[in-house]
Amino acid sequence: MTAPLVDIRAVSHRFGQQTVLKNVSLQIEPGSYTILLGPSGSGKTTLLSILGGFVSPSQGMVFIRGEDCTSVPPAKRPTTTVFQDYALFPHMSVGANVGFGLRMQGVDAATRAAKAREALALVGLASAFDKKPHQLSGGQRQRVALARALVIEPAVLLLDEPLGALDLKLRRQMQDELKAIQKRVGTAFIHVTHDQEEAMALADHCVVMNDGRIEDEGPPERVYARPATRFSATFMGESTILQGNVTEAKNGTISVATPAGAIMLPGTLQPGAKVALAIRPEHLVLGAAGGVALGRAEVSDVVFQGSFKRVLAISAKDPALHFIAKAPASATVQTGDTVAVSCNADDIILLTD
Amino acid sequence: MNSAANSGRALPWALVTPALGWTLLFFVLPFLAMGFSSLTAHEGGSFTLANYSQFFANPAYWHAMVNSLEVTAIVTLISVLLAYPFAWILAEQVPERWQRLALMLAVLPFWTSYVVRSYSWLLVLAQNGVINRALTGSGLFSEPLQLANTRLATVTGFVHFFVMLLTLTIFANLKQLSPSYRKAAADLGAGPVRTFLHVVLPLTLPGIMVGAFLTFVLCIGDYITPQILGGNNELLMPQLVMMQIGRRGDFPLASALSIILMAVVTSAYLACARWLKIERA
Amino acid sequence: MRALVRIASWLYALVVYGIIFLPVIVLVLFSLQATSFPIPPFTGPSLRWYDAVLSDTRLTSALVNSLLVAVLSSLAAVTLGFLSAWGFARFTLPGSALLRGLITLPLTVSYLIIGMGLLVLFNWAGVPKSLLAAGIGHVVINLPLCFAIIYSQMGDHQINIERAARDLGAPEWKVLLLITVPVMAPAIFAGFFLSMTFSWDEFVISFLLTRFDTTLPVEIWNLLRSGLNPKTNAIGSLVFAVSIVLVVLFELTLLRRKPA
Repeated sequence: MTAPLVDIRAVSHRFGQQTVLKNVSLQIEPGSYTILLGPSGSGKTTLLSILGGFVSPSQGMVFIRGEDCTSVPPAKRPTTTVFQDYALFPHMSVGANVGFGLRMQGVDAATRAAKAREALALVGLASAFDKKPHQLSGGQRQRVALARALVIEPAVLLLDEPLGALDLKLRRQMQDELKAIQKRVGTAFIHVTHDQEEAMALADHCVVMNDGRIEDEGPPERVYARPATRFSATFMGESTILQGNVTEAKNGTISVATPAGAIMLPGTLQPGAKVALAIRPEHLVLGAAGGVALGRAEVSDVVFQGSFKRVLAISAKDPALHFIAKAPASATVQTGDTVAVSCNADDIILLTD
Repeated sequence: MNSAANSGRALPWALVTPALGWTLLFFVLPFLAMGFSSLTAHEGGSFTLANYSQFFANPAYWHAMVNSLEVTAIVTLISVLLAYPFAWILAEQVPERWQRLALMLAVLPFWTSYVVRSYSWLLVLAQNGVINRALTGSGLFSEPLQLANTRLATVTGFVHFFVMLLTLTIFANLKQLSPSYRKAAADLGAGPVRTFLHVVLPLTLPGIMVGAFLTFVLCIGDYITPQILGGNNELLMPQLVMMQIGRRGDFPLASALSIILMAVVTSAYLACARWLKIERA
Repeated sequence: MRALVRIASWLYALVVYGIIFLPVIVLVLFSLQATSFPIPPFTGPSLRWYDAVLSDTRLTSALVNSLLVAVLSSLAAVTLGFLSAWGFARFTLPGSALLRGLITLPLTVSYLIIGMGLLVLFNWAGVPKSLLAAGIGHVVINLPLCFAIIYSQMGDHQINIERAARDLGAPEWKVLLLITVPVMAPAIFAGFFLSMTFSWDEFVISFLLTRFDTTLPVEIWNLLRSGLNPKTNAIGSLVFAVSIVLVVLFELTLLRRKPA
């Protein structure tokens, strides 16, 4: 087994009295696309700054390519950062911006220009070489920032909310391009975002962060289908959450008492344990077709989303229990209807935190 | 966010020390020297509070402070009252493309030398100057009026300067206001007058306060304008300070008077601090 | 109603413009006076007083002195101001807010008091009155201004730009020369220009701290003692003309910078 490209060991960080990272460990494989996903204040940007060398962690160590980089300055480590505001040098042409890193390495002007053109071609901006940053659109600036960071061939590229400043349509388009560029150059990308759709679309490895801790990490499919914690079940996509207590356990099956009634599902917990059951909207069935009945509920809102309808309903048994379901666009359900709600036992996610 | 990987602690201090050193050596130290000097006797140099007690005991001295405060208050008030409508007209009534030019014209006389500006008013207000010639020439008055060497002349000279300054700051303030405020007020049924009174004026008030404070500080410490235009009939504080140095070489008394003047400005600052902070936030 | 407001506005603006321009017009008009008193009636036009100004070596050398003091003190002020602004914006220093307050403190103090303090200090330390002493005073008043202007322009975006340069391998001195100074050039230029005008026009500090060799405002002041004199009008008009040319140049360079 090869050593991981990046190895973060038990990193904690404090700003004054506030602890923003709590004992975080993370390993990143070469050539992977890693997404750090979390709400603002979750510590994801601080973690990226620690990787980039802009912040020294209060505790813990950072290894890159097996070398201790914990207090190596940004210039001396094999990482480059793409800043959220792109940080293009406004007084230099696009070509000079992209060539800046090579210039600092003492590369001669001709080679520099050639490599800069190559990098610009990679991001599809070959014609912008002589322009100034202010003549470019937001998406184009983003690409220049990417080319500038890639041209010096870093081992790890760090992206701080790179699509945050773009409008939605452009964001989705740039997202596809980012993925394509990453596949082409093969550099490991670490990308910070709070947009879960972006995370699902881009990541090979998705790291969900909250309150200075890693809540969950793994392939996005797994994180979505089987979130490890209640936080990742609600942050990475929506869920209906049923609070409950284990009342019985035998033969690998537990019975959980919830506001929607008793539910049997596979598990090995002791009676008395507090659990939460999460059900993804696409798994919630409006009607009694599912194997597990969840009682009746009154539809409080139906939002048409184009390809489907998002249905919100309030349980008749417990008004504090809100169901979120995804119904086909053709469904005739309306606000005020009372419907039966059910689901399949396999689709219930058991959360123990 | 603290930058971790900067090159130690030496560089940042090397950057800020020259400026701090300069300020300490040529601003703080002189001030301390002045404070020390103000506590010594002019003759002999022994410790004394006489320089301060003299200020309160001698009516000629504290009258200068009263005069200074009166003139400054009048100047500040008139300047704001004149400049606000003017800035409003420039910002609201003048077409957008001419605004820059109109504003540049309005502050053009800024660029005459400061000493010359007061002298120019003397030309206008002198016994046989432009205004008196016009008044006697038109037969309105048979005798020329005493305009120069009066408080009126000092106030005129000051107002001329501060109207320009305040026009600049208030204009900038009015232009910063998002037009949607006015649209929103109009949309909610406020007429132009009520929009102005309830929306525009309160929102520009912090800017006015800053401008008025600036006027106060610059006006109360100015020597040239009262000396050239007001003459020696009625002394203001800066004239009194300069007189101690010029005629009598009495540095201790001049120091004490300067410190009293500064104390007044500082109290004004503290009184205004609340409004000035609003501006910064 | 709207038309009425418009007419009133025009009238008001006209009156204010009139007040603002009255002394300047009188100044320039009577600088062209042919006789010895700058009072009505107008007897010109004549350039004899301009001739008198240009052949007065005291005035011309004062003009050179003023320029010298303005350029050198502004260079010093903008250099110190820039370095300290950079230091405070980039690094977390203990007591930063307090130290920044100290640097900007002279902004709230009258020139008269700054001049008085320096006079007392120099008198006590045996430093003779000179243009250098006045120049030191001018740096004291302009340093906080340069600092405030440049510091206010060093936002997070600027910090990120410098981080990007460091990240791409630039050593500190290259960051300074290739990134910070060019990016901050407008603020540095504005600080320098403002310092120049303030120093050029400053009277009371120069008056207190110079003796034989002095600056133009002080020399004009000396001229005033002889009462109303078209020569004063002429030198005043000349200074005005030079300032206008400089302001227009400044506006043009600034406007050309705008798109960048």
